[in-house]
Amino acid sequence: MTLIELSGIERVFRLGDSEVHALRRLDVSIAAGEYVAVMGPSGSGKSTLLNLLGLLDRPNAGIYRLEGRDVTTLSAEEQARVRSERIGFVFQSFHLVPRLTAAENIALPMTLAGIAPQRRAERVARALKDYGLANRADHKPDELSGGQRQRVAIARATIMRPALILADEPTGNLDRATGEEVMRLLEALNERGVTLVVVTHDAALGGRARRQLLMEDGALAHDTPAPTSR
Amino acid sequence: MRAPDLIRFARDAATGNPLRTSLLVLAMSIGVAAVVVLTALGDGARRYVMNEFSSLGSNLVIVLPGRSQTGGFNPANAITSTPRDLTIDDAQALLRASAVRRAAPLIVGTSEISVGGKLREVIVAGTTAQFLDVRNLKLGQGRFLPDEDWRRGTAEAVIGAKIRDEMFGAQPALGQRARIGDRRFRIVGVLASSGQGLGMNTDELVIVPVSLAQAMFNSNTLFRILVEATGREAIELARAQATEIIKLRHEGEEDVTVITQDAVLATFDRLLGTLTLGVAGIAAISLAVAGILVMNVMLVSVAQRTAEIGLLKALGATGATIRAAFLSEAAMLSLAGALLGFALGQAGAATIRHLYPTFPAFPPDWAVAAGLGTALLTGILFGVLPARQAARLDPVQALAKR
Repeated sequence: MTLIELSGIERVFRLGDSEVHALRRLDVSIAAGEYVAVMGPSGSGKSTLLNLLGLLDRPNAGIYRLEGRDVTTLSAEEQARVRSERIGFVFQSFHLVPRLTAAENIALPMTLAGIAPQRRAERVARALKDYGLANRADHKPDELSGGQRQRVAIARATIMRPALILADEPTGNLDRATGEEVMRLLEALNERGVTLVVVTHDAALGGRARRQLLMEDGALAHDTPAPTSR
Repeated sequence: MRAPDLIRFARDAATGNPLRTSLLVLAMSIGVAAVVVLTALGDGARRYVMNEFSSLGSNLVIVLPGRSQTGGFNPANAITSTPRDLTIDDAQALLRASAVRRAAPLIVGTSEISVGGKLREVIVAGTTAQFLDVRNLKLGQGRFLPDEDWRRGTAEAVIGAKIRDEMFGAQPALGQRARIGDRRFRIVGVLASSGQGLGMNTDELVIVPVSLAQAMFNSNTLFRILVEATGREAIELARAQATEIIKLRHEGEEDVTVITQDAVLATFDRLLGTLTLGVAGIAAISLAVAGILVMNVMLVSVAQRTAEIGLLKALGATGATIRAAFLSEAAMLSLAGALLGFALGQAGAATIRHLYPTFPAFPPDWAVAAGLGTALLTGILFGVLPARQAARLDPVQALAKR
């Protein structure tokens, strides 16, 4: 089943008088359960692509279908709902709310979605256990190591059980060992059927994915053929 | 987002920066406290004056010599411009009016009282027996002036409580002789201590028959004629009748001013009410300033928390949720400031009452309500702009900012 279908996506930024084509007529399709690495030099448009996939940005032209539904024409409120229910984000700089504890950070998407406190507590407790954070539940982010922070972030990204996880340089702020650990967590999620899109300029990291998209000047320079199935 | 979660989120955001939050709450509370204390002062002054005036006596109509305002051209004025004296006969004539229950002439001057070797300057009021009832005075000891011919007074005097203490000390004052001015008087009564008194403090007053006082001050005119109407509804009638009677007696010239206590009260009430409103308005300016401060602080907060707002959007928060979060925070800060200010203001008013027990410095309810309301309203109103700004942030740019 096709999860993501991009056709003729254009994204143009205006810098003063000049126009920068961040994405040029991009056609990509990603099946459910795929593990995709988006690679390319900086300025190649990979972050823009990720933002579009995450509905944080809108294309100037083209159609983005998520689970068969055209999401480019949705209102901002409807897009927020899609983000809440179908998409999880993992950022390079973790983006945890400093005043909230690990448990509260993990619960944040559910809190925003208005899920009842009791169900939140159950799910958070399970996530804390799954990610080895049970004894860190009441710690603030500044009391956690980098690896623990990113695990909190991944727990947060998965707490709403999304179909798609978008990770932007998830190991960029971590040392090699911790980065490896975080990647294994993300890959384990992928093995359980979650579609994983990782943006990185690290070739070794990208090489772990079953499919690599190489971006250059806003266009797709190379695409390894999609695996037929897993 | 559920309401309890929203409130907890806003509270955590507010307490996350204690200095910013406490300064803002302080500013807001000073504004509210200013409203409460200043209106307590203004309204306290109003109540104080009201109390003092109503203690003058009930259903009072006061006749003053001379006109206080021009009443257009009067042929009588062309012939003579000096007002006639207000005499004892005038006062007695007023008793014939149907709406008048009592009338008391009053002449006031300063003189000396001496008892034994002690000498003291006093205010001497010359009047008649009816003065006691007209002015609602209470006697502490003895009796008041005898009810006799107004033009022929017995040399008897009634003194205030303080005069009694100072001149006689522990000795009994009743029946004693005292020299007042150049005459000798027998003390027949002592007024009950009244404490405060507006204009004339009865504690330091010496009351003698009006004819003797006129002789003492070598004057034929009266200072006032105090008239008590037969009832509250008769006050206006008494006023009209008094004016008419004096006019007839003064050859058709209206050369006296007749005021009613109600009119004086109403004037003071209006005057001091306006004053209270004025100080409330001034205090409200500080509330508006506090409101602008709320906006400023919230704008800074939005700028500081840009990345967080971007994150919330990425996690599925709608613009409405973010707006609500920032608005609740502004409202919460304003509410905390308003409540603290209310407590501070009440404490301030209580301190004033404690220091000046006779001054009823209670903030009026409308001022308290308006102060709290304005604080909340300005806080929320000035919170709208930052909240909207937060909700409109572009998540991509917001997330890029660290």
